[in-house]
Amino acid sequence: MPFGPREHACSRPVGVCVAKGRVSIVVERCKACGFCVEFCPTKVLALSSAFNSRGYHPPHVVAPEKCSGCDLCGMYCPDFAIYGYKNPAPKSEEPKAEVNHEG
Amino acid sequence: MSTLVNPPINPVEPFLRSDRMPHIWCPGCGIGTTVNCFARALIESKIDLKTLALVSGIGCTGRVAGYVKLDSFHTTHGRAIPFATGLKLANPKLNVVVYSGDGDLSAIGGNHLIHAARRNIDLKVICVNNLIYAMTGGQSAPTTPGHAITSTSPYGSFEPAFNLPHLVEAAGAVYVARWTTFHVRQLARSIGEVFQKKGFSFIEVISPCPTLYQRRNKLGDGLDTMKYYKEKSKTKHGTPTSEVGLTMSGEIIVGKFVDRDRPDYASLLKAQMHESLGDRYVDYDEEQGFACVDDSGCGEDSCH
Amino acid sequence: MKADPRGVLTGTHFMDGDHACCEGALAAGARFAAGYPITPSTEVVERFAARVPTVGGSFIQMEDELAASIALQGGVWGGAKAFTVTSGPGFSLMMEHIGYAAMTETPCVFVDVQRGGPSTGLPTLPGQADMMQARWGSHGDYEIIALCPNSPQECFDLTIKAFNLAEEFRVPVMFMMDEVVGHMTEKVVIPAADQIEVTPRKHTHKPVEEYLPYQTNGDMVPEIAHAGEGYRFHMTGLTHDERGYPNMTPQAQQKLVMRLQKKVRAAADRIAMSEEEATENADVIVVSYGITSRVAQRAIDLARERGLRVGKLRLITVWPFPETKIRQLAGRTRAFVVPELNLGQMVREVERAAEGKAKTILVPHAGGSVHHPQEILAAIQEAAR
Repeated sequence: MPFGPREHACSRPVGVCVAKGRVSIVVERCKACGFCVEFCPTKVLALSSAFNSRGYHPPHVVAPEKCSGCDLCGMYCPDFAIYGYKNPAPKSEEPKAEVNHEG
Repeated sequence: MSTLVNPPINPVEPFLRSDRMPHIWCPGCGIGTTVNCFARALIESKIDLKTLALVSGIGCTGRVAGYVKLDSFHTTHGRAIPFATGLKLANPKLNVVVYSGDGDLSAIGGNHLIHAARRNIDLKVICVNNLIYAMTGGQSAPTTPGHAITSTSPYGSFEPAFNLPHLVEAAGAVYVARWTTFHVRQLARSIGEVFQKKGFSFIEVISPCPTLYQRRNKLGDGLDTMKYYKEKSKTKHGTPTSEVGLTMSGEIIVGKFVDRDRPDYASLLKAQMHESLGDRYVDYDEEQGFACVDDSGCGEDSCH
Repeated sequence: MKADPRGVLTGTHFMDGDHACCEGALAAGARFAAGYPITPSTEVVERFAARVPTVGGSFIQMEDELAASIALQGGVWGGAKAFTVTSGPGFSLMMEHIGYAAMTETPCVFVDVQRGGPSTGLPTLPGQADMMQARWGSHGDYEIIALCPNSPQECFDLTIKAFNLAEEFRVPVMFMMDEVVGHMTEKVVIPAADQIEVTPRKHTHKPVEEYLPYQTNGDMVPEIAHAGEGYRFHMTGLTHDERGYPNMTPQAQQKLVMRLQKKVRAAADRIAMSEEEATENADVIVVSYGITSRVAQRAIDLARERGLRVGKLRLITVWPFPETKIRQLAGRTRAFVVPELNLGQMVREVERAAEGKAKTILVPHAGGSVHHPQEILAAIQEAAR
C-alpha cells in the first residue's frame, strides 16, 4: 500500500467525474482526530479501517462527487495531513476522455 | 488521452519544516489547527516571509517555533515577549509574532504580557489557551476554570481564573480577539487583521488538550471538544471584555472585542525624541540598521 | 575592524567607572541595551539612555531583570550588539538567560557591578562575592568569559575587549566590576575611533540553502545570521543539532555541550590577560583582581620596603581561570596570597591550579569596604616567613 499522498478513488466510471474538488491525504501524518470527517460540509470523508505505520486510521473519501475543494478539511487538520483543492480539470465534455485516477 | 495533473502541494507546506513532521502534538490537540490558520493568514496577507520572526516560549504551543519555516526562536519559559521586544527594537522592519500558550504568557510571563501591552509594543501575540500546563503533564494554569481537575488541583481547582481578553485590554492592547480552534476561518481572518495593525495585538485561541485537560475532566476527546466549541460558542463582536470569562462547560464568547488605535511604542519613542532632541536624534536607518556589527561591505569610508 | 566614530567620545575625561563602561560599550558598537535599575550599576544604563539616541540605537528599561536579560538577546538576533547591566540580586535573576545565551551562542555582555551580599546586602558598598556565580550561576555545563577591571580607564578599555571576546567566541561575557571601581572618578582617555579595534560579528555569507546555524568548521564557533535576512533558521534552548533543531539524545548532548566547553577552553591561554610583575624571584606572589588589586599594590610596596621579595599577579581575565599561569608560578614561589572582597572564591581556583606546589593564603573580607593594606601586608609577611 503506498503511504504517500494519494488521490481519492472515484468509484464512478472513468470520464464521468463531476466533483468540483478533491482531497489529498498524507497518510503517515494523520492521527485520526476526526476533525476533517466531522467538519466537511458535505460529508465526503470517513475514517478508514486501514492503518498507517503508527496505528492510526486515516480518513478516506467515501463521497468524492460531493467534494467542492473548499479545503475546510485542510484548515481543520492539526497534523497537516489532508488538504482539499479545486479540481483543476474542467468537467469533461467528452464522455470518453480518460481521467487518470491514481489510487 | 489526458493524464492527471499532479495535485498541487498543500498550500501550508512551504511554511512548515517538513523535515520535522509528524509533529509531537497529540491526536485531537488544536495547536496544529491554529498553525494552519496562521499559515493561511500569511498566504492571504501576502506578507514577505523574510520580514517575519516568530518567537515562542516553553510548552506545547511553544513548540510552534520549531515547526514553522520562518526565523523562529524557541526561548525560555515566559520570556517570549521580552525577547520579541528586543528583536523588534533592534530591527523595526521585522514583523514579530509571539506564539505561545496560556501558562507561558499569563503565569510566568504575566508581567511581560502586561508591560508589552502597556507600552503598546508592535507585537502580534497568538495565545493558544488550552486551560492547562500541558507539556509538563497537566498542571493548573491561571486560566484553568473553577472545579477543573488538574494534576496540581486533584480535588478541583478553586482559584479564580484569568479572563485574558480583559487583562490585556486593561493593560493597553489595541486589538483583542478570541476564537476557538473550531473557528478556523475567523481565526485566519483575525490573524490577517493584526498584520495590518500597529501595536500590541492579542488573539486568544481556545484549544482542546484531549490528553490532559479533557481527559482528566471527562470531557471527551478533541473531536468532542470541537463539537462543544461549535455548540457553545457565540460570536459577539464588541462584547465588553469583562463579560467574556470562561467556565468549564459554559458558553464561550468569541469574536473581536477590542480594535482601537493608540500610538505604538516606536511612534511614541520617535515623537518624544524628536521633541526633546530635534535634529540631534539619530533615528533607525532603514538601510543600515543601527550600526555595523560586521565588516561586510562596511568599510571605514562607506558607513560613517 | 575599526570602531564606529559615532559611538566614540574621543578625548580626555574625568569620569567614573560606570560611565566609562557605558562609553566602552558605545565605542565597541553596542547600540541596544535593556536594563533594570539596581544600585550601584544604574548609571551605566542611565548614561546609555542619554547617549544612544544621539548615536543611533535604542535603550529600553524593562520591567525586571528577567526581561532585560533576554530582551538584550532579542536585540542581538535582531542585528545589534547588546548588553545589560546589573548587580548581585539582578545577576541572580539573570542566570537562566545567561545559560540561554551560552546554549544558543548569543554574543553579548552582562555587566555585574558587584556589591555586598548575599541577598539585598549592601547596595551602595563593594563586594567581590559574585565571582563564582559568574562562572557557575546558571544550571548545566557551559562556559563564559569574565573580565575584571580595576579602574575607570579599564572600565572603558576592557568593556570593548568584553564585546570583542563575545563576538569572537559567541559567548555571553561577564564584566565583573565592583561598586568602588564603578563609582570612583578618574582620568579616562578615549582615543580616536580608528585606534580602537572592534571584532566584527561572525556573520555568515553562505547562501540560504547551505547555511546551518550551528555548523562549525574546526574553530568551533558557528556563523551567525540575524532575523530578517532570509535564512529562516530556528534557534532553541533545547539541546540541538547543527540545523538548530531540537535533538534530545545523549549523542547530540555530548556533541553540543563538549563543543561549547571546548571552544572557550581551547583558547583559555590566549584569552587569559593579567598584569604580572616581579614574579621571577618572588617568595610570595599576591594574586588579586578588581579594586582589591589596588589595595594589594600598596601592600606589596610596603612589603618590598621591608625587604621582602614579593611578586604581583593581577587577574584581568578571571574566567576561564588562568590555570597555566598559576601552575607555572606555583613552581617558582613559596606562597600565593589571595586577597578578595569575599570569604574565599577565586582563592579556590588558585589553590587548585597550584596543585600543592605553593601555599595558598586567603585574605578574606566580608565586603562593605576595601581591605586595609595592613591586612594584606600581614598575610604577605606571614607567608614569607
